Amino acid sequence: MKPISDDALRGFVYREARMLDEQRFDEWIDLFTEDGRYWMPVEWQQTDPILTTSLMYEDKLLLRIRAERLKGNRTFSQKPKSRCHHVLQAPQIDRRDDTAEDYVTWTALHYIETRLDTQTLYAAWATHHLVRVEGELRIKLKRVDLVNCDAAFGSIHLFM
Amino acid sequence: MGEALATAVQNTNAVLDLVRETEVHRDVYTSEAIFALEMQHLFAATWNYVGHDSQVAHPGDYISTTIGTQPVLMVRHTDLSVKILFNRCPHKGVRITTEASGNTGRMFRCPYHAWCFKTDGSPHSIPLSKGYQDTGFGDSHAAQGLAPVRHVFNYRGFVFAKISDAGPEFPEFFGDSLSSIDNMVDRSPAGRLEVAGGVLRYMHDCNWKMLVENQTDTCHPMVAHESSAGVTAKLWRKMPEGMPRPMAVEIYLPFMSPYEFFEKMGIRVWPNGHGHTGVHHSIHSDYSAVPGYFEQMVAAYGKDRAKAILGENRHNTVYFPNVMIKGPIQLLRIFRPISASRTLVESITFRLIDAPDLLLERTVMYNRLINASASVVGHDDLEVYERAQEGLRAAGNEWVNIQRLYETSERADITAETNGTSEVQIRNHFRAWKKFMSLSMSQT
Repeated sequence: MKPISDDALRGFVYREARMLDEQRFDEWIDLFTEDGRYWMPVEWQQTDPILTTSLMYEDKLLLRIRAERLKGNRTFSQKPKSRCHHVLQAPQIDRRDDTAEDYVTWTALHYIETRLDTQTLYAAWATHHLVRVEGELRIKLKRVDLVNCDAAFGSIHLFM
Repeated sequence: MGEALATAVQNTNAVLDLVRETEVHRDVYTSEAIFALEMQHLFAATWNYVGHDSQVAHPGDYISTTIGTQPVLMVRHTDLSVKILFNRCPHKGVRITTEASGNTGRMFRCPYHAWCFKTDGSPHSIPLSKGYQDTGFGDSHAAQGLAPVRHVFNYRGFVFAKISDAGPEFPEFFGDSLSSIDNMVDRSPAGRLEVAGGVLRYMHDCNWKMLVENQTDTCHPMVAHESSAGVTAKLWRKMPEGMPRPMAVEIYLPFMSPYEFFEKMGIRVWPNGHGHTGVHHSIHSDYSAVPGYFEQMVAAYGKDRAKAILGENRHNTVYFPNVMIKGPIQLLRIFRPISASRTLVESITFRLIDAPDLLLERTVMYNRLINASASVVGHDDLEVYERAQEGLRAAGNEWVNIQRLYETSERADITAETNGTSEVQIRNHFRAWKKFMSLSMSQT
């Protein structure tokens, strides 16, 4: 198969953010490999998600629980629902292994989450570990490092 | 609001009238005047958790934290004792520590004028000190150094402090409630804990007491957490039969237990406002065994004792005024008051020394799934607290009800056990609230 282009990798990251903004969560979860993870560390330059806690470290089952919950009639903290908005810098290709079809991109982003009259701005860097599975790009790990990951926040309801 | 205003409203009876046997006036949650009195009296006359001594293992190690709203620091002194000092330079009031934690060496040095203090707070040196000669400086407050918090007690690594001379001594204040700390520590084959796994900090726009009350409120999980635990149960039912339950599913599912489960788990209250849910069992009772751990416990304690320690699965133990611990999963939450309508929740975890890492892994996962600001369980708790903080502005009814399974024979400062869905611990909390609000108030 022809090696994937840098543009195609960047396009994947942009489309992924748009899915989140449009709250197409089921489609979004399908972007992950079966053993894929979504990780938001709580410590600066955190290396371990297992013996150090995190804001989120979710496998596909936990992501599905979140997505189902967001649809629920008795999800009181999402009545009314939150909305979100991503602004991404152009993703940089940090690693490319065309033989293993294994790629890492790095993307600076501003993320806004709103609910009722409150709008909260977060600044972060997203690192995507992508692999090609049967010709399609999939997320093996999406790591979101908040610039102030160790600050005390209110509720973060959606995905950055 | 300032202390002067707090003093102006300081009519002991008026404050005590806000708490009745089965209802609490909304001002107790919403009034900044009441909040100021709580900081001045209640948080001064009670024993407050400051930190764990594993956080200050070596001489010069310190953490900076708060008691109520007052900045304090905990430091390992050169003689290896643990000191609690008010975290302000005696000169101009500048906070003396630079980081949340670190090592200061043999001395604290103020970043403003380089006044230096030993790690017990005593003065070491002042630059250009001849400027204070013949000024009577020796009699000043400033010459005394960093003021120590005088009442400090280290209980099996848990360091508590009391600011005021009023109030009971440590053993009397906690009494038998220390059995919950004992059970957490005894779960280590070495009988020791260390702080590990990182801290989660979550800002809440509500009064600190709403969080404390929620810890022993067993009629909310199946309602407020239906959205998370109920969805987990629904998705899990679709999985193939016989599939092992992942750790996360084991953690979420018990939140959906029926009322009967919580009724039968039981609740116990102790004097001075402490109490716990889960006398007989809890949501932590049915976690999978960790390979090798029971054998380590038997080797350390003998079979009978090991079984007794691991058979005690208390749910939430509330330590008055604002701490909750979970022995079976080595977790401590502190509800830090910031104002009448703002509270910082810190959730801290511990490693059982010499136990398998898998236990810390579960503890860390529990903390993330339940207590993080991105937690789907935490979200729905915070939602109801914030709605209550808002709803209490309504004047149509000025009272919050705490009457569930009330018995007229209830008294302050007794040890008792009852049905796990009773609000008896919330009432116990408020009886202690009255006691410690008025204890030092009447002495001023």
